[in-house]
Amino acid sequence: MHALVDQFFNVAIMAQAMPIMLRGLGWTLVLCAVAVPCSFLAGVLIAVLGTVRFAPVRWLMVIYVDLLRSIPPLVLLILVAAALPFAGIRLSPFAAVLLALTLNASSFYGEIVRAGIESIGTGQWHAARSTGLSYAQSLVHVILPQALRNVLPDLASNTLEVIKLTALASVVSFQELLYSADMARSVTYNSSPITLAALIYLIFLWPLVRLIGRLEHGVKA
Amino acid sequence: MDGGAAFVDAFFKPALIARYAPEIVSGVGQTILIASTIVLTGLVLGVTLALIRSLRLPIATVMIVIFADVLRAVPPLVFVLLVYFGLPNVGVTLSAFAVLWLVLSLVLAAFVEEIVWAGITSVAKGQWDAARSTGLNFATTLRDVILPQALRLSIPPLTSRTIAITKNTALGSVIGVPEILNQATSAVSFSGNATPLMMGAIAYVVLFLPVVIFGRWVETRFAWRRA
Amino acid sequence: MTTDQPILEVRGLQKQYGRHVALAGIDLKIAAGELVFVIGPSGSGKSTLLRCLNRLEEPDHGQILFEGQDMSGKKNDLNLLRQRVGMVFQAFNLYPHLTALGNVTLAVRKVLRKSREAADAIGLAALRQVGLVEKAGSYPNELSGGQQQRVGIARALALEPKVVLFDEPTSALDPELVRSVLEVMRDLKRAGMTMVVVSHEMKFAREAADRVIFMAEGAIVEQGPPEEIFSHAREPRTRAFLSQVGA
Ligand SMILES: Nc1ncnc2c1ncn2[C@@H]1O[C@H](COP(=O)(O)OP(=O)(O)OP(=O)(O)O)[C@@H](O)[C@H]1O
Ligand SMILES: [Mg+2]
Repeated sequence: MHALVDQFFNVAIMAQAMPIMLRGLGWTLVLCAVAVPCSFLAGVLIAVLGTVRFAPVRWLMVIYVDLLRSIPPLVLLILVAAALPFAGIRLSPFAAVLLALTLNASSFYGEIVRAGIESIGTGQWHAARSTGLSYAQSLVHVILPQALRNVLPDLASNTLEVIKLTALASVVSFQELLYSADMARSVTYNSSPITLAALIYLIFLWPLVRLIGRLEHGVKA
Repeated sequence: MDGGAAFVDAFFKPALIARYAPEIVSGVGQTILIASTIVLTGLVLGVTLALIRSLRLPIATVMIVIFADVLRAVPPLVFVLLVYFGLPNVGVTLSAFAVLWLVLSLVLAAFVEEIVWAGITSVAKGQWDAARSTGLNFATTLRDVILPQALRLSIPPLTSRTIAITKNTALGSVIGVPEILNQATSAVSFSGNATPLMMGAIAYVVLFLPVVIFGRWVETRFAWRRA
Repeated sequence: MTTDQPILEVRGLQKQYGRHVALAGIDLKIAAGELVFVIGPSGSGKSTLLRCLNRLEEPDHGQILFEGQDMSGKKNDLNLLRQRVGMVFQAFNLYPHLTALGNVTLAVRKVLRKSREAADAIGLAALRQVGLVEKAGSYPNELSGGQQQRVGIARALALEPKVVLFDEPTSALDPELVRSVLEVMRDLKRAGMTMVVVSHEMKFAREAADRVIFMAEGAIVEQGPPEEIFSHAREPRTRAFLSQVGA
């Protein structure tokens, strides 16, 4: 029991690791603040392109979405970070992570938003167009607001996934929260910094988990 | 050498494809093996937890909710590192395969529990009334009336969540499970060429694209239920 | 009234939800073969009374006697009471994942422990009784509301109950579908089934009921033969309610 506490809940080691981990947390937050909006906007664009009249564009979007959803995010990240340099493209770890996350998450957001748009009946389109709104205006002012509200729980739950995916950045040595924790673990030979990282993720993401549960139940009722 | 040839040489070099094909294929085998054990364990455990929760015993409910929340809130890689590097220091040594199986099964179970529980609670109360009014007991009502409806409601989210978690088997490369990504990255460092990585990526697409398309089919097949 | 033992009797039945009194002490005797009609304003406790009669709802106080045997109290076999006292619901509550026959036979197999063949025979007989034997293989969403409700009745009948409780069996139905359900209830009455019916079908009450009970605020205000209640109600509250519903 004592060994367990010492290995996983060593307060002294946690305190020692705290400064570097807080810096890591800062980078995690920066990554989220950039990756979530980027991939969400890209996802909306993909979904909208998935509704255009011109069929090849729609097919292209389906291929993009299904292809990127069938590659594990870590594989995508390694591809961006380790394969692109062979083509002479060298990205900073931050840019590599951002690109991989956006490619992956935008395909999921795209799929969710598309379902949302499809959930809006053609009556709304007819009503909007009949009042003289253009296609784009109908989309922005009438369809998307309803579509996004209809899939709010799925959007929130995908956002949680994107935030958790930022931890993969540690694999390509981007110094976010988990990387910092793992550094501290390897110099102290003690897992308490990882426990601390888990606790920090929990503090930030537990409210989001609860919120998603509430949204899912609210929509059902 | 022109651009096209240089590209092929860096990313799809025939000699390297032949050289590393066996490794990638064995990685595919590992990925399939571990993914199927995770899906089996996670689904069984998750449904069991949802059933236990339906008994509405206060202590069990609190424990299940905490379990499900923690495993859904923390990135799985954190648990992988915690278990893989932490347990040996307290005298428990698990193989990398076992660690990956344990962590991802528990994560999947957490999501499955929440999805199935949501399904159970969304079955109309009148279904319980009808079943109980004909003398069916709690267990029979749950098994023959509530669960079939709850699972049907749960199929689309269960499918997409299961697919997402099986893709996480790539995390095994971080701790040395010889699955596809692990085979590919070590081949890259041996060969100094991106070809094995491209082979790995293609292997994933071949493996998961049908699954993703199946998931899309399931979504539309059961979509009427969500309205 | 005969001196025969009532088939179903409640004494001092009370039920509260939080501080809200839903049943304020109900005493009621129901004779074998009797059709008792229960009317009353919304929220007067009609459904609660019915739900207590086969203990879908647990009463706070009072006794429920089935053929003179006390059925209240924790140690009694709830499922035995429920098997003898069937229930038909306003919203049908059919199992959407089972066929009409599957709906009817589930409890026959699981509670009466009949083999599948025996259960199917019983189920088909029950469906024949409600005129739906040819719909045995249909799922609820393939049936009209009236047909669904008749399957609901068949589901209750298949257990060969002594009493059937009906909670507004026709109020979720379009007018033209009501008749088929009332027809089935009329047949049941003729066959000697004991029934307790909560309903707004006053015309049906006049012609078929043996007794009409008017409830308000969780209590029985007045009861008697339909003619007496509908034409010569003593209580002002009864008269007010009846004129409101246009009876
Ligand atoms: N599960 C419950 N929780 C809290 N209050 C309840 C519950 N069930 C019934 N009540 C309350 O008890 C009272 C009696 O309800 P009941 O359903 O028996 O009325 P009713 O006579 O059947 O009315 P209606 O004609 O509208 O069906 C109502 O005030 C109702 O709000
Ligand atoms: Mg009622």
